[in-house]
Amino acid sequence: MKLAKVQELLDAKIHAGAELVGQLEVKDAFGSDLMSDVLAFVQEQGMLLTGLRNSQVVRTAEMMDMQVVVFVRGKEPDEEMVSVAEERNIVLMSTEMTMFTSCGILYKNGLGTDGKAGESLV
Amino acid sequence: MSNGMKFRYPVDGNDFTRAGEISSKVKKQLKQLGLPPEVIRRVAIIMYEAEINMVIHANGGTIDVEITPEQIRLVFSDTGPGIPDIEKAMQEGFSTASHEVRELGFGAGMGLPNMKKNSDEMKIDTRIGVGTIMDLIVKI
Repeated sequence: MKLAKVQELLDAKIHAGAELVGQLEVKDAFGSDLMSDVLAFVQEQGMLLTGLRNSQVVRTAEMMDMQVVVFVRGKEPDEEMVSVAEERNIVLMSTEMTMFTSCGILYKNGLGTDGKAGESLV
Repeated sequence: MSNGMKFRYPVDGNDFTRAGEISSKVKKQLKQLGLPPEVIRRVAIIMYEAEINMVIHANGGTIDVEITPEQIRLVFSDTGPGIPDIEKAMQEGFSTASHEVRELGFGAGMGLPNMKKNSDEMKIDTRIGVGTIMDLIVKI
């Protein structure tokens, strides 16, 4: 999914990496407020959705080669987080939507499903 | 080991916002050396988990990185409180982290198991009231 599409679906504001939004695509995402779990479970997901707001969120994304962080529930990154993200070419976005709604909308539109959204998973 | 590269980095134990800067620096360096992405990723995860641990549990310490054509050796030394029960600390979900640390998104008891998972060898030498040395190897 094109990142511009993610932005549109989540009605998201861009805080860092605006020039990358038109270029990047993501195939899958991981949603968590717990960075310990991001470090333990993320494989190839290129995008992190989180309600946690501190500089370690951007660091964690960097370590896991995730190029996009979406802050949910109206959380917005501070100046330091924006500057670390800009240095590392990481896109920061924020949406007013909750984690559940954000993930649901992205999944329904095909993110992380290999185009099989809507089909039964069992 | 004569053709290895060695680096030493001090870890500031008082500044949570800067934790991870050394991991970031080493990750960049490994990329410049052209190492396989999977190796870089494993080293980055180990380093970052260890760096966070040193800041939240041990008031900082030292990280030694040794790179040879065969492997990357990472040694984390601190003068913190030590780990009373290593077996427990190695269990997923066991944590002694404070409520504050958990609010920051860490302390879920995944750190040591995750370091082990991403390394080929891991040795822990810990003494109560003296400190902890963790010695890990990632083969290239």
